[in-house]
Amino acid sequence: MLEILDYLKDNVLTINLWIITIYLGFEVISKVPTVLHTPLMSGSNAISGIVIIGAIILVRQSASDDYLSLAIGGLGIILGTINVVGGHAVTNRMLEMFKKK
Amino acid sequence: MQYINLLYILSTVLLIIGLRRLSSPATAAKGNIIAACGMGLAILVAMFDPIENDQGNYALIIITLAIGSVLGLVFSKKVAMTAIPELVSLFNGFGGACAVAISIIEVYNFDAATSIGARATTYMALFIGGVAFTGSLIAYGKLSGKVNDWRSGISSYFNLIWLALCLGLIGYEVVAMGQIEYLPLIILAVSLIYGFTFVLPIGGADMPVVISLLNAFTGIAAALAGIVYDNMVMLLGGILVGSSGTILTVLMCQAMNRSLINVIVGGFGGSTASAAGGPEGEVKETTANDTGIMMRYATNVMVIPGYGMAVAQAQKACKELDKSLTERGVNVNYAIHPVAGRMPGHMNVLLAEADVPYNKLIDLDDANAMLSDTDVCLVVGANDVVNPSALDDPGSPIYGMPVLEILKSKNVIVLKRSMNKGYSGIENPLFFHDKTKMLFGDAKATIEKLNEEVKSMD
Repeated sequence: MLEILDYLKDNVLTINLWIITIYLGFEVISKVPTVLHTPLMSGSNAISGIVIIGAIILVRQSASDDYLSLAIGGLGIILGTINVVGGHAVTNRMLEMFKKK
Repeated sequence: MQYINLLYILSTVLLIIGLRRLSSPATAAKGNIIAACGMGLAILVAMFDPIENDQGNYALIIITLAIGSVLGLVFSKKVAMTAIPELVSLFNGFGGACAVAISIIEVYNFDAATSIGARATTYMALFIGGVAFTGSLIAYGKLSGKVNDWRSGISSYFNLIWLALCLGLIGYEVVAMGQIEYLPLIILAVSLIYGFTFVLPIGGADMPVVISLLNAFTGIAAALAGIVYDNMVMLLGGILVGSSGTILTVLMCQAMNRSLINVIVGGFGGSTASAAGGPEGEVKETTANDTGIMMRYATNVMVIPGYGMAVAQAQKACKELDKSLTERGVNVNYAIHPVAGRMPGHMNVLLAEADVPYNKLIDLDDANAMLSDTDVCLVVGANDVVNPSALDDPGSPIYGMPVLEILKSKNVIVLKRSMNKGYSGIENPLFFHDKTKMLFGDAKATIEKLNEEVKSMD
């Protein structure tokens, strides 16, 4: 319990940032027309692929003979990139359909 | 180092601006591109960020990035417009799997110096990412019709117990600090199984809401991984998706007039008190010839598209019929229920693909106002969004959900393959109503026939 309190005390600035970002996330899309729900879901899904940064850092920190880490990290990069690239591409495809009126 | 952080901040700002623009129709396309730029910048920075214990391995990183990009592009270009919802779910599952992959390696890199906070954070990333992964796969399976709904009275209790087991094991492992060799793998397994059992009992019609929720989970897993790696853009991007995904989930529930708890614990098609017997009466069948005549001499025709139109790929045929009728002085519009199809906005995308002008797509409230002046309502493969039980049967599971009040119009023609119930499994008294006539068959073939009938009358 004390450890948790210490952690909170030492990271007040970061915690502030979390709270502001949570609030920001709510605010940013508090008003969105229903027709955009699917493209928005798809777009934010692509953004959640930001987890790929972790996979890149993991691979960069893995020793070149640590095949397990390299393999799983590499797999993580592939899966994360599919999420990012595919997500943005499919969102773009959906939104283009709306554009031509 | 400071410059690196500035670049990370820049990409975070791009992600925020992108998300903001995605929520408004006029700016959405640009928003998506801005967010993609933010993501690209973040990936570039992550590759050159001076980190401790850097081993390079750039060849592997570049090759895997290339493989992922090609696969992502191929998937997204090749998919049929009707299959986009399940593809989004699949992509989200991959993001969750990425979080699982990095967490499990981090878990095995723990040593005695790793703090309890770092352990707890990593395990939570593993757990939430795992649930997002397998949950998304089930959602994908349900939307593409590969997985059937499975529901039983005990499933919610079972899930609660299983969730407690996951969290209990994680709690023990975090405190005991790796006393049992294979426990991390067991935790991985129970987390993945929880994802399955969490989504399996939820009705297929609720999958859009579930996908949105699982997307929020992936965001939270990314944010937790951001804490592990002390990486700002992961942390903030993840929280942003987590919170915006949560609010989007709630908004989608509101569009169906349901609560999130109601969706998760299972609503549609479950035990329905008033379903005993169901609506009964005579079903009146009609012919393409009669319907063609009726439409040809109508002033206002309203098409109500649903998932059946998507399945039959009838949107282009519908556009042709629309053209023939319009040339003969009939006003044709499309009433779009916000949750028609398998995803909000599904019908808009589908009809836009067939070049139906945007201003012919009428949203729920405006459509309901126009329906009393409508001569013929043509329901193409829609069931639940036109179910009058939502208006007048307090015992119906969809009671209170806003629906298209098509019985206000003079005539209703329902295009349907058979008398099967809708996706939600709820009986629809509309089909037995005096004003309603059924036109059975494949929607595309039927609409093409209607078009021939209309043309042959000149």
